[in-house]
Parts: sequence; structure tokens; C-alpha cells
Amino acid sequence: MSEKAIVCKDLTKEFGDFTAVNKISFEVNTGEIYGFLGANGAGKTTAMRMLCGLSYPTSGEAMVAGFNVYKQQESIKKNIGYMSQKFSLYENLTIRENIEFYGGIYGLSDQQLKSKEDELITTLGLEKEAKKLVGGLPLGWKQKLAFSVAIIHQPKIVFLDEPTGGVDPVTRRQFWDLIYEASAKGITIFVTTHYMDEAEYCGRISIMVDGRIDALDTPANLKQQFSATTMDEVFYALARGAKRSAD
Amino acid sequence: MPAVTLEHITKTYDKGRIQAVTDLSFTVEKGELFGLIGPDGAGKSTVFRILTTLLLADKGTATVEGLDTVKDFKKIRGAVGYMPGKFSLYQDLTVEENLHFFAALFGTTVEKNYGLIKDIYEQIKPFSTRRAGKLSGGMKQKLALCCALIHKPVVLFLDEPTTGVDAVSRKEFWDMLKRLKAEGITILVSTPYMDEADLCERIALIQEGKILSIDTPANIVKAYPEKLYAVRADSIHKLLLDIRLYPDTLSCYSFGEHLHVSFRNGEKNDQNGPEGLRTYLEQKGHNRIEIKPTPATIEDSFIRLMAGNDKGASKNIPA
Repeated sequence: MSEKAIVCKDLTKEFGDFTAVNKISFEVNTGEIYGFLGANGAGKTTAMRMLCGLSYPTSGEAMVAGFNVYKQQESIKKNIGYMSQKFSLYENLTIRENIEFYGGIYGLSDQQLKSKEDELITTLGLEKEAKKLVGGLPLGWKQKLAFSVAIIHQPKIVFLDEPTGGVDPVTRRQFWDLIYEASAKGITIFVTTHYMDEAEYCGRISIMVDGRIDALDTPANLKQQFSATTMDEVFYALARGAKRSAD
Repeated sequence: MPAVTLEHITKTYDKGRIQAVTDLSFTVEKGELFGLIGPDGAGKSTVFRILTTLLLADKGTATVEGLDTVKDFKKIRGAVGYMPGKFSLYQDLTVEENLHFFAALFGTTVEKNYGLIKDIYEQIKPFSTRRAGKLSGGMKQKLALCCALIHKPVVLFLDEPTTGVDAVSRKEFWDMLKRLKAEGITILVSTPYMDEADLCERIALIQEGKILSIDTPANIVKAYPEKLYAVRADSIHKLLLDIRLYPDTLSCYSFGEHLHVSFRNGEKNDQNGPEGLRTYLEQKGHNRIEIKPTPATIEDSFIRLMAGNDKGASKNIPA
């Protein structure tokens, strides 16, 4: 396998005469924490859907986990993990049932499932809650569990779409501890967020404006480039010029 | 007379199994811009729904403009504007139709109070014949605000108006709120974004249905008990792990490009505080170590109060 988790060149998606994603190019290294930022409507979700094998590009090239986004969508889906604030776990299943369900979908054997299940519940300190419905858990716990479930099959890449929205500041940081741990194990992290302090936790970030990637670098270099002291200022300088505000 | 009062309000769901808010009391003065700051599940929406007379409290009393939320619910409904956290306008009506509908519902016309919404409405006017369901998130938010304002309410309740909204649109939204406040409207707004707390006159930090602190943002950060230091070095994640192992560390967590660190025994003895830490980190092989005092922010205060609120402080504070 190549060292790049994602290679993306001139990737474009058009809906009729509207260009949602306009020739974006970037590479993500294996094990890197890559922040994918942009204003509402900049095209982040559309780009992410193409990279996850859920939508075909109009033009351009992209390889995700070594697979082609046109021809190998099913292989991509098997080799990535995904979680978002909106879609994570089944509220009417217990913690154990959710783990079994997702583990089963990703093709883990019964034996693997059993050991993963125990390991995960112990690591997250959820022994007492294991047989409770997920719906009754605090949001922060749900999100930590959802992340662990999203990487249960040890994917090469995990896509996180605003994983920490609405989460309290302590749990938000604990969530990032999990991200760092996964990254240290070699899992590539592709993450979007509206919290600019979280942009600082990424190795590199790109900022999308009106379908284009207008900036891509380490947080430190971006701040230098825009003569800014915080990522908030960098984001503001770029996104202020945006023409569109569609979602 | 305050614009809003809550006295010992308690609300449970699911036959008492879920404690949404517990013995909550606070007041909002007339014309004030008051913020309820807390994560999802803190009980913010429950407070809004009780005050807008959509939900009955189990215990306690609440008033809006001197009117009781139980006995005078009809009068309250006519006097307040409410923007729920979830988009609740009619998706099949156009922008214009929604606005006229809400004006008619409150026995007024769009023309009569247009001055109040003009600045906001003009931004969505080019889409006035588009169905509300087809609007972008930012435009939906502006339309919802217009509909909540069209009967010129005396108190405006905004439940997480900026959640999921990008940093630029959030700034614009708060500018709009400042202009509404200048019109004399009392505003009660909730948000999970700690950085928005500074834009309110007074705030209540709320967690698990209880108030952690209630004051002006400036006083809340002034009350932060320890000296706080911003620390960084080349390898920030290793730095975090190492500082947590340093015996005099009280708390250490990520904060943007820095770590925020406080010490046991405060700053009485620099040898055990920042200077001792520097020596320790040099021994651990860290390069380009930077340790400098930093003022606490609302987010620091919230983290500190969350730890103090919980008996097992070490469980919550990532030290």
C-alpha cells in the first residue's frame, strides 16, 4: 500500500450548472490528523461523500486507502470508518448490541467481536452501562462510543464529520485524546469541526471556500501566512470573502 | 420587575427517571442580553420550553414580564418571541408566506413592524418566493429570527441559534442580536459555544440541569481560583502526557495551540510551579519550551467548575 491515505487531484462535483466542489487537490499521509474546514455550504460534505464512496465525482481523480473513487467504491467503504454528530449509533439498542451490530456489519468474527466488545467497554469505562440503551447516555459518551465503534474494524482511515458539536469542553478534549490514540496506531484521521481551537490539534488543515481549497498547511504556517495569532482569524480572513452560503 | 424569573424550577422526564433541571433559580433583567451556556443535555431547552409555556415544571414557579407561566400562559404567548433549537417553520410555505403567516397569527402585519426586521430580512429577500424547506441553514436561521420578531416581542427566546453554524455566520448573528438589544428587547439566548459567552451581559453556566455559576463573563473569569499558564513545546501531545505525570500539576488540558496548566499549591513556590515544570520538561527532552501566564477564559472556568461540581474531580478534569 502507498504511504498516502488519500490522494486527490482536481476532484470536482457539479450539480447541473452548480459546481459544489471545484478542482480540489490534496494528499493525506497515513496516520496524519487532517482537518477539513470550511464555511457552511463551502462543499465539505459533498467532497467527503465522494471520498467515502457515496457519490461519483464529475471529474478529477481520487484514491482513498489505495482504492479508486470511481471503480472501487465498495472496497473504500470496507476500509474506512465514519461517524458524525447526526448519524452515530442506534438509540434503541444497548451499548453491547450496537457494538455487535456494527462489528458484524464490518465482518468481524464472533470471536473477534467478543474480545473487541469487552476491550472497548473496559477502555471507555462503560461496564455498568453496557446493557443500557444508547439513547439514555449523555451525548459525550455517545460520541466517544460512536468513535470507538467507527474504528472497530481497524480501518485505514476514519472520517469524522463534526464529531464534537454540542459536546461539553471536558468531553470534547477526551474525544481528542481518543483521536490522538487512534492516530498513534496508524489510523488516518479526516475531521471537520466548527471549533477553531480544534483546528490547532490537527497536523495539517485545509480551508474550503466556495468549492475550492483556498489554504492548506500546518496551523502554525497558516497563522504566519495570514499574519494571524489564532486560527479563528485565519478562518475569518478566508471565509469572509465567500460568495455562497448554501448548505 | 425583572423580565424573567425562575424560582426553584425542577423538571423530570420519563416518570422521574431523567432529571432535566434541578432546583433552578435565576432572573433576567429588562433589556438584558442573557446567555445560558452549556453542552447538549444541560437542560437549556427545558428552561426555554417552560418559560415559553410549552412545558409544565414539576416544581417551582416562573414568570415572564411579571406573568405566571402557568396561570397567564396565553398572555405570555402573545408577548414573547421564540426560536426553537430545531427549525420549526412551515417547510412548504415560502419565505414570504411564513413571515405573513406568523404576523397574522399574532394579530399584526409585516408592514407594521418591518422596521425591526428590515436589516435581517433584506438578506433573505432575494429568496422571498423560495420554500422555507429549500433554504440553506444560514438563511433558515435568519427567517426563523424574522418570524420570532415580527410581532415585536418584549422578550426574545433563542435556543441555540448558532449551533452548527460556521465562525463567520456566528459573528454576523451576534451583531444582529446587539442591534435588537439596542431596540430594548430582552434576549435570553443559549449556546454550547463558550466563546460566545463573552458577547452576553450576564451568563449562567449550566451543566446537568444545575447552574455552575451566574455572573458577568468578566467576573466569572476573575473568580478563577488558580494562576493559569499557557505551555507549549515542539511535540505537543507528548508534552500533554508528560505534564499530566508531573507531580505538582493540578490540571492540564489542550487549549488551541497551547496547553493550559495549573499547579497544586498555586504559585506560592515557583520551584514547584512553572520553574520546576520547565526543568522537568527539559529533562524529558522537550525542545523550544514556552511557559507563560495566561488569563482564564470562560471555557477554562467551565472546565474548572465542572470538576468542582463533581465529587470525583479527577474523573472529570483531564489532569
